[in-house]
Amino acid sequence: MILGRDSRRHPEFRQGAIDMLGISPGIAAWGLMTGVAMVKSGMSTAESLLMAGIVFAGSSQLAAIPLILAGAPIWVILATALCVNLRFVVFSVHMRPYVMHLTLWERLVAGYLTGDLTYVLFVKRFARPATDAAGRTAQMAYLVGNGGFNWFSWTVFSVLGVVLANAIPTQWGLGFAGILALLGMLCSLASTRLRWISAAVAGTAAVAAFALPLKLNILTAIAASVVVCLLLEKTALHAPVAPQGGSH
Amino acid sequence: MGDFFTGDTDAWTLLTIVAMAGVTVLSRSLFFISEKAWVLPHWAQRGLQYAPIAALAAVIVPEIVMAQGALIHTVQDARLYAAMAGVGYFFWRKGAGQVVLGTIVIGMAVYLPLHIGLGW
Repeated sequence: MILGRDSRRHPEFRQGAIDMLGISPGIAAWGLMTGVAMVKSGMSTAESLLMAGIVFAGSSQLAAIPLILAGAPIWVILATALCVNLRFVVFSVHMRPYVMHLTLWERLVAGYLTGDLTYVLFVKRFARPATDAAGRTAQMAYLVGNGGFNWFSWTVFSVLGVVLANAIPTQWGLGFAGILALLGMLCSLASTRLRWISAAVAGTAAVAAFALPLKLNILTAIAASVVVCLLLEKTALHAPVAPQGGSH
Repeated sequence: MGDFFTGDTDAWTLLTIVAMAGVTVLSRSLFFISEKAWVLPHWAQRGLQYAPIAALAAVIVPEIVMAQGALIHTVQDARLYAAMAGVGYFFWRKGAGQVVLGTIVIGMAVYLPLHIGLGW
């Protein structure tokens, strides 16, 4: 079982948690402000606590809150959450070969724990799926350590945000720390020229397509960026650039 | 406890929230469900290596350069300077160690005074 003791005692579990540690203040601040936003927008304390405790998907929560408050039909709310989460479907295509040795139940747990940053850190550390049992155990231990720590930081601080909603000023914009955390991760991935181009294309496309409903600009931007990079790959552009190229 | 729990709780809303957690699992595991063997085409495998950074950029950039659904037309926006300071710090430290933590701290150290103090 990927949540079992063997996994939790594996050195990669610890490594996964450590890799998330430095990013977690950003996640914590973002979770905190999401918790505050739920209460301030008018959801009841019990509803906010339940959402903070189990949903674990900030952007889909923020999209769903106004719909819930407006009394929208459940299928509209769930379809909205699914569309906002479509980037995770792309991630699941990428992650599939890493997890198919697990049971279905374990795969669902692994999926639940694979938020944006866990996906990014996991495929950064493991460029290819392991080919032997020891390697697979190590990869899953990393995933659970990393995703579990992220879940813990997000959830604890979301709940805290709900509890302290009236004591925390929203106008300070503390949630911006979450964006800075993602920005730092982006920098750590920008190790080749094509990856820089990928980021530039995706960022521009996400702004240009911002008017699309349901955050579909995100999915559009990922698609545009992947296509552009695949086309450019055939040229000689993909030489490593400083500084990451030299540092590890 | 009566004072702690505010607002009217609706059973249907609680059910909706549980189902939303289900959507989180479903979307993140969608391609984990079927065990039918299939292999991704080679071009798609190559393309996916650009997905992580593209996804991050797609989420981040609008949060830095847009407000109320439109591109900002001012340089008096704390987010711009915070992002520049954070990125500057990252590359000054050459991405070593817990540099993302530093990116967050330096970024917020620039953001908060400009945002709270100057209202940018």
